[in-house]
Amino acid sequence: MNATALIDAAKDGILTGSVYALMATGLTLIFGVMDIINVAQGILVILGAYLSYALSVHLGIDLFLGLLITIPSLFVVGVVIERAFIGRLKGPEKTAMSILVTYAVSLLIEGALNIIFTVNDVQLHASYVNKSFLIGGIHFSFIYVAGFVMAVILLSALYFMLYRTRFGVSVRASLADQTSAALVGIDVRRVSTICFGIGVAVTAAGGMVYGATNAFNASTSYDLISRLLTIIVLGGMGSLGGAMIAGVSMVFIGDMVGVLWSPVWSTMAYFVVLIIVLLLRPQGLFGKPIARVA
Amino acid sequence: MIRSKQLWWTLALAAFAIFPLVVTNPSDTTIAFFALLYMACATSWNMFSGYSGYIALGSGVFYGSGAYTMALISVHAHMAPGAAMFWLVPLGGVVATLIAIPVGWAALRVRRHTFVVITIAVFFVFQNMAINFGFTGGTAGLALPFITWDSSYYNIPFYYVALAVVIFATVLSVSVRRSRFGLQLLAIRDDEDRALGLGVKVGAVKRTGFAMSAFTIGMCGALYAMFVGQIYPQFVFDPMFDISIALMAFLGGLGTLTGPLLGALLLEAGQQYLTVTYSNGSLYLILFGALFLVVIMFMPQGVVVYFRDRVTKRADRERAVLAENEAALDLEKAH
Repeated sequence: MNATALIDAAKDGILTGSVYALMATGLTLIFGVMDIINVAQGILVILGAYLSYALSVHLGIDLFLGLLITIPSLFVVGVVIERAFIGRLKGPEKTAMSILVTYAVSLLIEGALNIIFTVNDVQLHASYVNKSFLIGGIHFSFIYVAGFVMAVILLSALYFMLYRTRFGVSVRASLADQTSAALVGIDVRRVSTICFGIGVAVTAAGGMVYGATNAFNASTSYDLISRLLTIIVLGGMGSLGGAMIAGVSMVFIGDMVGVLWSPVWSTMAYFVVLIIVLLLRPQGLFGKPIARVA
Repeated sequence: MIRSKQLWWTLALAAFAIFPLVVTNPSDTTIAFFALLYMACATSWNMFSGYSGYIALGSGVFYGSGAYTMALISVHAHMAPGAAMFWLVPLGGVVATLIAIPVGWAALRVRRHTFVVITIAVFFVFQNMAINFGFTGGTAGLALPFITWDSSYYNIPFYYVALAVVIFATVLSVSVRRSRFGLQLLAIRDDEDRALGLGVKVGAVKRTGFAMSAFTIGMCGALYAMFVGQIYPQFVFDPMFDISIALMAFLGGLGTLTGPLLGALLLEAGQQYLTVTYSNGSLYLILFGALFLVVIMFMPQGVVVYFRDRVTKRADRERAVLAENEAALDLEKAH
């Protein structure tokens, strides 16, 4: 145990955590606007990573440049999923049903990815993936920093869209109250579809960074979705800022426990923290105090 | 109507009872054994999640605890392999229930959506503990005393014990459904705030239901450990298990009695068959996902309810006519 290790853990928490935060923001946006829990988010991250992989291996397209293709592609995937399945769910059991529907969707994608890319682990490669540089005596890995910068840019764009555009006003109105939003003339159906598309599209960026920093195959999605779900619950479901803070703290807590105690317990530490927080504050850190009732 | 219902149950039970006597091929009886295990688990899961509407996605905790109970006791007590080990099966259920009490206390403090996620988190905590604690044998798992029964009848004791567990789960589920307690669970599903307002002790009811459903799942885990003879943390604490039993119950019909039984029978037997025949898990995933989407989109109440409704279409139509008449009466009164 030493100071450098702790600084490393803090650095890692912020850099990697921001990427988790980006992926979780998509999830919490979808929940907030639509009351839908998108369990397929994990496999969609992997789909995004595989798309980047296919582009870079077969067509030689750079990972970051490839995002210009993968982000719109996943937006379309999201819109299709929403139009085909999610949008048809109605009634009081909508949220519970959405878990099952998106799970079925994720099984379909997982099976297809297993067949197309086999179950062997792959990792994204580029000349800069393993490069690192030194600032103030601390090593910074290039891909983590680039991922962080990208996450910050995308999250800022998302914030700009939500708080500075007319569409953002519609989204926030739908977040607050769907019925009233519809009454003042907002096309909630259209807002929902676009939000689902955006929520899924961010997985392309998250997936690329995830794939460059971890070896993955389709079944990695189980680990991912459990982390993402717990992030949005810790942050408070539907709260965008909460998702970001929870994303960073998840990695930070895990790394701290890894440094101070033992790496084998680092994953568990986060889950334990989550359970304790929820016992004290069932709505999560930044959730609305009154629980939504299905 | 009731008489014909009883007849169907008796016929189904008889078919299950004579099955291993007719089909003796060990690979077929293995499929049947797993189908029975999942039928019991799905029924038990449905007894809480189906009735109360609180979807639990961490039931693998109880399955795994039951499996480890069986493994640890039979290893440390140096049990002679054989039928005596079956007595440990209910003990697996007891341990699972004891674990479910604090888990339920923690997880059920929140409302539905968060509950789902907490059960997932608890599940990963347990999986992590099973992998990292010393006494569980870590990733190498635990080997149980190996039972050397004659191969010609190897699966038969397992089959009948599993059938007994299924019957137990079904009877328990029926009695809960018919009791005041069952009505309270259903009231929670329909409107928890109103149930609370009407004097249902929602917290206690939910916790009791949750702990009860853990019992059978724990027994199934113990039976599984005994059957396979070697357990690994990632297979007894399997996230796929959590979601599978939920999907089985849902496919058949959430909150119904026959739904989970039928859903588990079809899906588990189908999966085992595909795995044995084609050894292609990915194909199964695609088929499973597609089948599931079709069911959700076209029969959102589950297969059982869908077909029951079709059979009783006439009754429905009569009811519709009645409702229309009533509406007409109401209108007249209003004028």
